[in-house]
Amino acid sequence: MSDEETTEGVEEIDDPNDEEIPSTVSHGQNVLHPTRENLLEVIENLRNEGFAVCIDVTAVDYLENPKRDLPITVKPERFEVVINLLSHTKRERIRLRVQVPEDEPTLPTLFDMYPGSEALEREVHDLFGIHFEGHPDMTRILMPEDWEGYPLRKDYAVGEIPVQFKEAPGS
Amino acid sequence: MSQETERSRPEDEEVETAERVYRRGEDSAILRLSESQVQSYNPEDDRRMVINMGPQHPSTHGVLRLSLEMEGETVLRSKPIIGYLHTGMEKTGEQLSFLQGPTNVTRMDYSSPLFSELAFSLATEKLLDIEIPERATWIRMLMCELNRMSSHLLFQATNGMDIGAVGAMIYGWREREEVLRLFEKITGLRMNHNYIRPGGVAADLPDGWRDDTLQILDNLPDRLDDFDSLFTGQPIWHERLQGVGVINATECLALGITGPLLRSTGYAWDLRKDIPYLRYEEVDFDVLVGSYGDCFDRFAIRLNEIRESMRIVRQILEKMPEGDYRIQDKKVTPPPRSRIDESMEALIHHFKIFTEGFKVPAGEVYVAVESPRGELGCYMVSDGGPKPYRMHIRGPSFTNLQVLPHMLQDCLVADAVAVISTVDPIMGEVDR
Repeated sequence: MSDEETTEGVEEIDDPNDEEIPSTVSHGQNVLHPTRENLLEVIENLRNEGFAVCIDVTAVDYLENPKRDLPITVKPERFEVVINLLSHTKRERIRLRVQVPEDEPTLPTLFDMYPGSEALEREVHDLFGIHFEGHPDMTRILMPEDWEGYPLRKDYAVGEIPVQFKEAPGS
Repeated sequence: MSQETERSRPEDEEVETAERVYRRGEDSAILRLSESQVQSYNPEDDRRMVINMGPQHPSTHGVLRLSLEMEGETVLRSKPIIGYLHTGMEKTGEQLSFLQGPTNVTRMDYSSPLFSELAFSLATEKLLDIEIPERATWIRMLMCELNRMSSHLLFQATNGMDIGAVGAMIYGWREREEVLRLFEKITGLRMNHNYIRPGGVAADLPDGWRDDTLQILDNLPDRLDDFDSLFTGQPIWHERLQGVGVINATECLALGITGPLLRSTGYAWDLRKDIPYLRYEEVDFDVLVGSYGDCFDRFAIRLNEIRESMRIVRQILEKMPEGDYRIQDKKVTPPPRSRIDESMEALIHHFKIFTEGFKVPAGEVYVAVESPRGELGCYMVSDGGPKPYRMHIRGPSFTNLQVLPHMLQDCLVADAVAVISTVDPIMGEVDR
């Protein structure tokens, strides 16, 4: 009985979230926190409101810093994809922060709305290993094609090249 | 060189459409093939072939490689292949403190290094929530506008050389050197200055800076008129550039193109005017737009933006206020050298800033400035420590490069060189 009540309670909290996207203000900049499921819908609405340019797509790996400023209703995940949109008519920017779980790092592509996101999404794929579903060319862009690993992840060590000094033993 | 040198205004066409940039399949202008697929690619039509241009080609502005699918001399599809200069600067940025950060980002766009420093510093200051002194802001504006001039002069040099007017290279390089000499006097270095830092600038303007700047402003107009008489009105120059590499405003917006490329289509968008930062609302200048969106418009806009920047610099000279060149906050900027001998606290602050670095409150912020190539943004996440948790630079060249396949489609290979040149990508910023 009590279990059912709690699940009902959770659903009641969840329902209004589907209609209203949790939003925050960070240093005077508007930030939206859509889920992976309603991302495309949210972006389509924003695009119709005049946010005609997708300025930037990037990601952050919160492996070492799980605590961060998020609305209570948003469940923090390891990755966060950050999308910056710009409206020329309103002279406004809006930022979307989407939580992407570690065990299933996928996100729908924005290509059909903003073809300019093609290279930006490839970069995120290349450096973070986040897959964009429906992207026309999901290949590495900066690293060589046969590279293994995703360099901007926090568990990817900074590269080191062993340097042989003159007096090193065994040289 | 071009088969169709007639220029048509976008308004003359029925509807300005961006349909071609949304294409995904074989009819797209982008050759979406991987390295191995290119090698086994065997088109049915035996007049077609995929050839490789670069990575080291005199006109590719560094190490850009293009895969071109050609039919005879005509480009059908193409794909820019980048990453040859990738050194993981965003990863490096996570290892450097906020004070060391500008030394890293300044090496991204090496022909306009001060803009990357500015974006980095503005983002850090926004996270710190500090206001920098008035004079520091105006010094930043002065340096950025001079840098815009030197960057566009470099464009005139390389653009001329790519198209075959080797004289342009000597002229462009000579004028740029005048500006770099002033930079050397002010910052100590010709390039990669590390001059704009969180909290202000590294040093005050030296004695005689005003005379030196005025000398550049006095000499340059005649030299720019030389460019006009050498190129702007010249028939060969028109033949090579007019009607080549045409793009319209709708396509630019869809592709996220900014800067002179967007303005060449007749779309007036300049962050200095539209979302002002620093004190750009207090100076008077015009945003220049083209009307055809072709290579010639992009050339002309950059040439005339030098004149606009000179106008801004003259106003900055009049309005330059007195005061501090950096914020006197001991937690952010090191104390003056003389104080270190007198005060123990000053010594401690100095030591802490240069060993550990200053701590920046947790948060995330995106700041954008108008670089000579378009919108240069910095997305910064801090976890409350002395190093950025994540530092991302949105390089305009990286996004602008996406326009190449669309401009190159149905172009002759000789025109491809002109198109790459007028997109003006800086590979250090593309690859980061």
